[in-house]
Amino acid sequence: MNSFEPKIIAFLCNWCSYECADSVGRAQKEYPSNLRVVRVMCSGRVDPQFVIKAFKEDAEGIMILGCHAGECHYKEGNYQALRRYILLKKMLAQFGIEGGRLRLHWVSASEGDKFVTIVSEMVRDLKKLGPLLLRDMER
Amino acid sequence: MERPKIALYWCSSCGGCEESVLDLSENILKITESADIVFWPVALDTKYEEVNRMKDGEIAACLINGSIRMDEHEYMAQLLRKKSRIVIAHGSCAYIGGIYGLANFYKREECLNRAYKEVPSVKNPEGILPQAQSRDGEVEIELSGFHDLVKPLNHVIEVDYYIPGCPPNPENVFEAIMSVLQNRTLPKGNVFADQKALCATCSRRDTKPEKAVIKEIKRLHEWQWDPEKCFLAQDMICLGPATRGGCGERCIKANMPCRGCYGPTENIIDQGGKFLSALASIIDSKDKREIEKIADSILDMGGLFYRYCLPSSLLEKKVKSLSS
Repeated sequence: MNSFEPKIIAFLCNWCSYECADSVGRAQKEYPSNLRVVRVMCSGRVDPQFVIKAFKEDAEGIMILGCHAGECHYKEGNYQALRRYILLKKMLAQFGIEGGRLRLHWVSASEGDKFVTIVSEMVRDLKKLGPLLLRDMER
Repeated sequence: MERPKIALYWCSSCGGCEESVLDLSENILKITESADIVFWPVALDTKYEEVNRMKDGEIAACLINGSIRMDEHEYMAQLLRKKSRIVIAHGSCAYIGGIYGLANFYKREECLNRAYKEVPSVKNPEGILPQAQSRDGEVEIELSGFHDLVKPLNHVIEVDYYIPGCPPNPENVFEAIMSVLQNRTLPKGNVFADQKALCATCSRRDTKPEKAVIKEIKRLHEWQWDPEKCFLAQDMICLGPATRGGCGERCIKANMPCRGCYGPTENIIDQGGKFLSALASIIDSKDKREIEKIADSILDMGGLFYRYCLPSSLLEKKVKSLSS
């Protein structure tokens, strides 16, 4: 199982975490290359359907990063993301999708080290969880 | 001119869709005025062999209700597809998988064990499960095979039109049959219902909340609710925002919230995900613990948000992972 490299779809908010990922790149800090980044204008833009579709299309994990509480560029978008995240995580458990596959964190533009830690930890945990076998049980 | 032929068939179905044909009442006479019903197992003594003997495309329209779970369903769906010019998925089961589709949250073995061994009213000390092939003394017995998953009709054959509903509104059924008899040209995949969500035409829409209002989720049996006010404004789950209208609001008029049987509107790709999103916008909290508490008060979220559409939703079933 060591050769398994999980695919992570990361929805990054334009105003904080996307900027952060950029600065991590500029500072040439190393982090696993498992992320496929989707820039969104706000973490509140991430429709639960996007997350479900990403799982359907072979993502092993989904990461949503947004601004810290009270710092959303659009005032309330990150709270919207939080509410969806909590509901969705609970619902996905019924589908057999483990909690560790969907993560939400608040990362500001200056928290490069935090970003690296979050990504590394998620990749480590996903390697333990292994791939999602969506096509099994088909007839 | 030869009279057009109509066929009706049921797959994994409760018979409610057949009722929706009976609910056409006098309108059924308008149908039989210009067409013959040649095959309808629930009401006519017709045999599969008779369908087999028909020419390809001989039937003008075939309405198939029920979801696909067994070999027999799949075989008949394919046979009727060959013999019919138009195939209409009749009712939620054929359209989006239906309530039986919730079985996709369980494995095939779990379903069979539950039904034949664990249910308190069943006595089966030898633990016998139905088999496709078995022997009783000299006799070889063959039963239809039971599939791993429940599927909507369009996963096994090409479907021309859809009538949603559990059961469908008889007006939608009548319109569908008449459109074929009058040779109206409709786009493939046409759904005989509204394009917009149920909320757009709901009689309680004026009281629908614009902003966050829900502090706790109330369940139906827990209290007495206002028969005029939007269910969401009263902290109750109503799937109206993510469900296609056109049902005639039968549940709302009976003072019950929508459970989503008309399926998603055209621009929704996953009804459950969409409703979850709508619900999240009206929960009035920014606190993680409090939101978790509200989420925990919704029992069986998957079964509620995907009640009729699980087999046609994005994930379709419980996913297998190496860790489980």
